[in-house]
Amino acid sequence: MTPPTVYEPERWSRRALGPIFGLACLVATSSGVVVLSILLGAVVAAVVKGSPGGSAFAMLRHLMSSFQSVDPELAGFKAGLAGSLWLLGLVTVFAIPVGVGAAVFLEEYAPPGRLRRIVQLNIANLAGVPSIVYGILGLALFVRAFGMKRMALGPTLWAGGLTLGLLILPVIVIATQEALRTVPGSLRQAAMALGASRWQVVRDHVLPSAMPGILTGVILALSRAIGETAPLLMVGAAGAILRLPRGPSSRYTALPVEIYNYAKEPDPRFQGVAAGGILLLLALLLTMNATAIVIRNRYARSSRG
Amino acid sequence: MVFLLGCAAITVLTTAGIVVVLGAESVHFFRASGESPVDFVFGTKLEPEAVPPRFGILPLIWGTLMIALGSSVIALPVGLLSAIYLSEYAPRGVRSVLKPTLELLAGIPTIVYGYLALLLVTPALKAVLEPLGFQVETFNALSACVVVGIMIIPMVSSLSEDVLSAVPRGLREAGYGLGATKFEVSTRIVLPAGLSGVVSSFILAISRAIGETMAVVLAAGSRPQLTLNPLTSVETMTAYIVAVTGGEAAAGSPEYLSLFAVGMALFLITLGLNVISGFILRRYRESYQ
Repeated sequence: MTPPTVYEPERWSRRALGPIFGLACLVATSSGVVVLSILLGAVVAAVVKGSPGGSAFAMLRHLMSSFQSVDPELAGFKAGLAGSLWLLGLVTVFAIPVGVGAAVFLEEYAPPGRLRRIVQLNIANLAGVPSIVYGILGLALFVRAFGMKRMALGPTLWAGGLTLGLLILPVIVIATQEALRTVPGSLRQAAMALGASRWQVVRDHVLPSAMPGILTGVILALSRAIGETAPLLMVGAAGAILRLPRGPSSRYTALPVEIYNYAKEPDPRFQGVAAGGILLLLALLLTMNATAIVIRNRYARSSRG
Repeated sequence: MVFLLGCAAITVLTTAGIVVVLGAESVHFFRASGESPVDFVFGTKLEPEAVPPRFGILPLIWGTLMIALGSSVIALPVGLLSAIYLSEYAPRGVRSVLKPTLELLAGIPTIVYGYLALLLVTPALKAVLEPLGFQVETFNALSACVVVGIMIIPMVSSLSEDVLSAVPRGLREAGYGLGATKFEVSTRIVLPAGLSGVVSSFILAISRAIGETMAVVLAAGSRPQLTLNPLTSVETMTAYIVAVTGGEAAAGSPEYLSLFAVGMALFLITLGLNVISGFILRRYRESYQ
């Protein structure tokens, strides 16, 4: 037996290190909350400071109803908001069917083996590709179609929507796959035992019970698309657009792109304008995230009862 | 069934598209500019508008590395500590508040961080460093490092926390049974057991910092230079790509084509890091029954 005195010299440091380390961990974690509050506080302060008469709501209303301008008094985000909503619609139409389809294929149809492994690995890697690389892809493929004039879409909403669609495709596939994996195998077996075809099983049983999970993932993916700036700069949303898009083949600009244009203006009065745009963008994102959370909670309740 | 197969095929075609587009246009670039790939990567002069133009992207690689390293210095320790806190220390109630907050932070668009760098971080750096005699430029690398670092913290902490939480309880309890303190269990048992996941989350975060565009464009500016001074402007690969698209370069000119070659380099670097990260996660994962 070692005598207990051997432990004496280290006992103090062992006792003291724990709380110090725990405190360091707590400080590190709460830095997230601090950053979030500073961020919101700074943006709101910039809006209030920049608004004439100090009314932030009047300022936001003004920003929503006026077009891009070189005069900070007149500048707004009307075209960008419209463009972003158009993009949101187009991305929804392109990316959701393809993403969900690919996930259903991987989870429900593909036989385990090399093909499935390759597709899976490919999706994981696509999810890590920087967004600007998608912008380059969209520029060469959709906007210019390798110089083939007749196929090229030009800097239109089509090109922007397709580019963003490809960008969030891996996110949708991965989220949908996770939702499909939570559907118990017994459900599939029961349906098959009653003579349902594989497609009937997927359509009538697996997809409906995975739907809340899929919806949550899809909304989060769409909110990523709404905030993306770099790929849109590449595919031509950069210019000052002074009218609303009339259809998917018109030129456009997007909310984050306009924020970027205002933020890089040296005139400090544009800071308030950019901050107002950021508030609009964050409000849009918050609405989408809240929808996702509501769907998730409703599902959690219904699956219990 | 055919439709579903088609959907899966689109994801593979996307990768093929990226490789073909970047590859083909990079070959065009090297033909049109007469630059050799070695000079391209190691050349120290980036003067696309000079006569004759010079395309050495070493300053871009250097700027990118500087931002990536600087932001890692901030994000990796903070992210790891907060992962340890969330998985080992946090009481349930605290955790249920902090986790969604971190998720919310991860969902904030990068343009917002870029704006924040201009509005807050750079003025703060000026206020602190200029009285000490340092010259701080309006666009500087340090400001970009700070915001990119803040941006990738949630990524490090949430990925690391997943792995740390997956370490089985039994290991921790064996540690406590031998008289270890909470600190010792956290740092000598849980952390080594989850090390592969932690390292792979570090690499993913660095790769994300390398590919980050908007925050860097707004904060770090666009002066390609080889410098050790983080208070001056640098240009990253992503910022160069944005600058070329926003500039006057005619389609098909060497300057325009160079954006594809730089994109190729960026794609290869991030892909390499992502593959290494996945490999570490799979190869060195401790598996428990």
